[in-house]
Formats: sequence, structure tokens, C-alpha cells
Amino acid sequence: MAGSAEADDARAAAGVIDSGRGARADNDRSSGGGGAPGGPGGVFGRLRARVARFDSRLIWFVGPTVLVLAAIIGYPVVRAAYMSFQQDKGLDPDTGMFVQGGFAGLSNYKLWLLGDCGSGAWSCVPGTLGHDFWPAVGITFFFAVITVSVETALGIWMATVMGRSFLGRSLLRAAVLIPWAIPTAVTAKLWAFIFAPDGIANKIIGHPIAWTTDPWASRFAVIIADVWKTTPFMALLILAGLQMIPNELYEAARVDGASAWQRFTRITLPLVKPALMVAVLFRTMDALRMYDLPAILTGDSGASPTTTMSILVTADMRQGNFNSASALSTLVFIIIFIVAFILVKFLGANAVRTQDEQRKGGAL
Amino acid sequence: MSGGGVRVAERPEESPAAPATHRRPWWPVVRTYLGVAVILVWGLAPFYWMVIVAFREQSHTYDTTPWPTHLTLQNFGDALDTSSGNNFLGAIVNSLIIGGVTTAVALLIGIFTAYALARMEFRGKFLLTGVILGAAMFPPVALVTPLFQLFGDIGWIGEYQALIIPNISFVLPLTIYTLTSFLSDLPWELEEAARVDGATRLQAFRMVLLPLAAPALFTTAILAFIFTWNEYMLASQLSNEATRPVTVAIALFHGPNSFTIPYAAIMAAGTLVTIPLVIMVLLFQRRIVSGLTAGGVKS
Repeated sequence: MAGSAEADDARAAAGVIDSGRGARADNDRSSGGGGAPGGPGGVFGRLRARVARFDSRLIWFVGPTVLVLAAIIGYPVVRAAYMSFQQDKGLDPDTGMFVQGGFAGLSNYKLWLLGDCGSGAWSCVPGTLGHDFWPAVGITFFFAVITVSVETALGIWMATVMGRSFLGRSLLRAAVLIPWAIPTAVTAKLWAFIFAPDGIANKIIGHPIAWTTDPWASRFAVIIADVWKTTPFMALLILAGLQMIPNELYEAARVDGASAWQRFTRITLPLVKPALMVAVLFRTMDALRMYDLPAILTGDSGASPTTTMSILVTADMRQGNFNSASALSTLVFIIIFIVAFILVKFLGANAVRTQDEQRKGGAL
Repeated sequence: MSGGGVRVAERPEESPAAPATHRRPWWPVVRTYLGVAVILVWGLAPFYWMVIVAFREQSHTYDTTPWPTHLTLQNFGDALDTSSGNNFLGAIVNSLIIGGVTTAVALLIGIFTAYALARMEFRGKFLLTGVILGAAMFPPVALVTPLFQLFGDIGWIGEYQALIIPNISFVLPLTIYTLTSFLSDLPWELEEAARVDGATRLQAFRMVLLPLAAPALFTTAILAFIFTWNEYMLASQLSNEATRPVTVAIALFHGPNSFTIPYAAIMAAGTLVTIPLVIMVLLFQRRIVSGLTAGGVKS
């Protein structure tokens, strides 16, 4: 849905400047260029013919992109899907014999979805990765829901502060970009140091908390570090939306006697919603694929209390189980796709429409 | 904090019924600067702490003094020292190579596609934008296993291209979105005029549009470089000691023994990795923000 917005965007941009020529380019080509019906003739007619002819060279413009995306995203996805139906090398629990791959049917998917290590559902014992799938899904969604909610609330607040006029405004915007620019690997090490047993966090609290070993403390350590790192980015996206709201609306509302709270809920929130929804969509996708922060902060084994879906994939790979890892990564892909679909369906459609109306209304 | 957020967001500059010309009370001003202070501390305090500890003698690593004390450059020496098995300088070089090549190739490929999306009409444009957006949201973890096997088969593990090529496909969507939104904003008439004067589409692109788009290209380059410099997940699986970038090197950074974590040296290494980015952000703040929001909000 957001993709359609981009297309509309480009179309609108072209349309504004040369009054809908672009939309009829296809007709022009079929009618042989020249004096296309409905358009101005002369120079523009000849130009249009040239545009139509040139389109065959489009392949040079978009070809490399399509090729790169097909080779590095398309091919691996297909290969992973194929591999997920192959058997990993190892002992066959039924025969007790060592097997060298071969067709596995759905056993890799059963391993993850049903915790089926070969002898029925939920037969994977604690300590095996098959046991860790649903906990990892739970942790990933827990992280996503908590971080995105907190980041949205704090981001709105930060954006409203940054949107006011004060001395050193651009300096503040540069400062909030710093957490975003620091590599996540460095962020993770920095917070590992802050949360170290003798670290500054425990000294400020005055009460030792085992931030990197206690399950819940380490989960909140990951959440705190992630919120620190990405809230400013969220705030900047929301701020961009805030700045599209014309000031006159607030003036008018104030003249009409609307309270500050009414202005916030009736003007700011509805009008900033498109930008907010795009930010939420992107952040949710980011949170669902979270890897570096928990992996470096608390460890990247399958059984760590902060193991996300992505960490589980590499943990399985490290054990040499490439085919079951492929099944797992395919599942992760499907889960994230479904969430994206739901978000776009329920938030995106509305967001895109409102944004389009806003643009047409000249708010931009 | 989050409770306070909503309260401050109300922005009641005046009492509701007051006319717009009423003299502004002092409290909202104070509150704005309080908010600014909170955001500043939020953004800078952990970063500041990293830099302070990086410059502090190791025996004082766990001091709580918030200002610089017991200054030394020893930690930076430790960070770059190769005798304990860390090759941090090599990792910086690797990251520069990977980031530089990725950025250059992604820009080269991206500018043409962005031009097509911003300026040309063609069948499948909708599909292409959808595919590119999908690629931007794609979970990299779905690629790790097949790419690890593929690159293993063709002997690429430990080669730069094994890191550069996946990175290109990750920054390409960002590059295309940012450039498309910039190109759509450029005046179309100049190019039209060049075309009327007999320039081919490619000439008009090269001689008129590219110079105009130079700032956009520069912004996009910064963004693409920062993204590549920060990438960790694929690099952690597809690199070896020879091609390891800084993010992986910092995650694997170890001291002379396994009993203590050399946080002082790690903070120094983190400072080294971060300072160039911080300088870029401070210098090009306006451009980075416009690039990010163009790619994010407009899509």
C-alpha cells in the first residue's frame, strides 16, 4: 500500500508539471506517437513520441536494480524454500542410522511449529533449538510491541518539543541523530558496559541488578537500549509529519476556543497520523528482525532469555543444520510478511489516503 | 517519562480563551527548554559516557565521576593493539572498503532506477515500487542460510564481495527512495528545455539533471555509507578474520584473558568507530534529516 503511494507520488509529480501526459504514455505508444489524441501537438507531440520510443531502453534504467534484487533477495528466498524441505545430516531417530540429507517433507517445519524432534509433537527437550521456537517468537513480539509503543509515545513528545522554536534548534536535531548513527554493535557494547555489575546503571540505582544474566532484567536492558537508540529517529519522522500541518489550523482552533488537549487530539493526532503510521510500520518491521542488540548484549545462543527469531536462525546454522535453519528463516519471513500485511491493511490504507488528501489540499 | 510526554505535548501556549496577541506567559518557554534539556541528555549522555571512559585510565573505568578525569590515550592504543588477537585497524579498513564500494555501486545503480521512477512512465512501475518497498522491509535473516551456502560453494566466504553484494541489495531500496523523492522535486522544465534544444534523454540526464541532483546524491551517499558501516547480522556470518568489519570486530573484541571484559578498550574502539559518523551527522544534519524523512514519510 505504501508502494502505491510512491507510485502515486511519482505520477502526481509528473502530472502536476506536464498535465497528465505520463498517464497516457501507453496509449501514445500504441497510436504510433505523433499527434496523440487529447494532448497538445507540435514540439510536445514530437517529444512524446521520443519518450515512447525511448521506453524500450528502460531496461538500462531499471534492469540493474531488478537484477541485483532478484539475485540477492529472490534467489536466496527460493533456495531457502527448497532447502527447507531437505533433511539435515544427522541421526535418523527412526532407524538409528546416519543420514546424508534427502527429502524431508514437512519435518523441518514440524520441528519448529510443533517442537517435533522426530518422535511426535513437543518431543524436543529443553536445550534443543526446536524447544526454543515459540519462546523466541514470543520474545520477538514482546520486544516489538513494547519498544514500538514506548518509542511512539516518547517520539510524539520529542517531536512536539523539537517542533517549537527555540535557540539551537538545529543543534538539538543533530544531537538526537547521534544515537541513530552509532552502529548497533557499539550501542550494544556501550549498554553492556552501562549495565555491567559494577556499571553506572547499578551505581545510580544503588541496588545491584544482574542486567545481563537475569532473564527479565536482560530483556528490559535490550528494550532500554533499543528505545534509546531509535526513539530520536521516530521523533524525526513524526516531526516531518508535524511540520506539514499548517499553523493556521491551530490559530483557527484557538480563536474558536479549543483547549490545548482538544487541539492535540483533534488536529495534531489525526493530521500527523499518516507520518506516524509509516514510522510505526517501519519500526515494527525493524523490531521484528531485531538481531544485533540482544545477540551482543546478552548472548546469541538459542536458549538466551533474549533470543529473537533471527538469533535462533543463526544459532541453528552454527550447529550445521542448514536445512532446518532454512525452514526457520522461511517461517520468520512468512511471520514478518503477515504482520506487514496486517499493518498495511489496517493502518497503511488509511494513512496513504490521508497523506494524499493532505498533499492535494496543498498542505505540503 | 511517558506519562509526562502526553502532558507536555498539549502545548498550551496561551490559556484557551486568550486572544493570540496576549503576552506569552513564561511557563511554556521554561517547559520548552526543560524538554530540550531532557532530549539533549537522552541523546548525548550514554555517548558522552562512552567517550569519557575511553579517555580514562583503566583503573578508573568504573568511576562514577561525570566529568573527564584521569585522562590517558592508553585505551586507544589497546584498541588498536594486535598482539592480543584483535585487528581493529584492519577492521576499520575493511569497513571503509565495504562501505565505500557498496555506496558507490548502490548510487550508480540507484540513480538510474530513481530517474525512471521519477520521470518515466512504464508498465510495471507500480509493481517495481512494490518490490523495492518489499526489499526495504525484508528480514535479512531470511538470506543468511542460503547466502552462506551459496558463497561457500563458490569460495566467497572471507572475500569482500560476499559482504558488498548483499549490502548493495539492502541499501539499494533506501537509495532509490531517497533519490526518487529528490528527483521528483527537481524542476522538470530545465530538462525539457535541454530536450527541446536537441539533447538526447541521456544527455539531458547527464548534463542537466545530474548536476542539479548532486546534493541529493551526496545525501544519499552519506545515508548508504552509514547503513553499510553499521550492518552487523550478515557480516557476522559471512566474514572471516581477513574481511571482518568494525561492527563484528567490536562484538568479538576480547582482552588478553577471558576473565575480564576489556571495557575501557572497547569504549575506545567504539569511540573510534563512532566519531566519524558523529562528525558527519553534525556537519550534514539538515541533509540527513531531509533524506531520511523523504525516504520514510513520503513512501
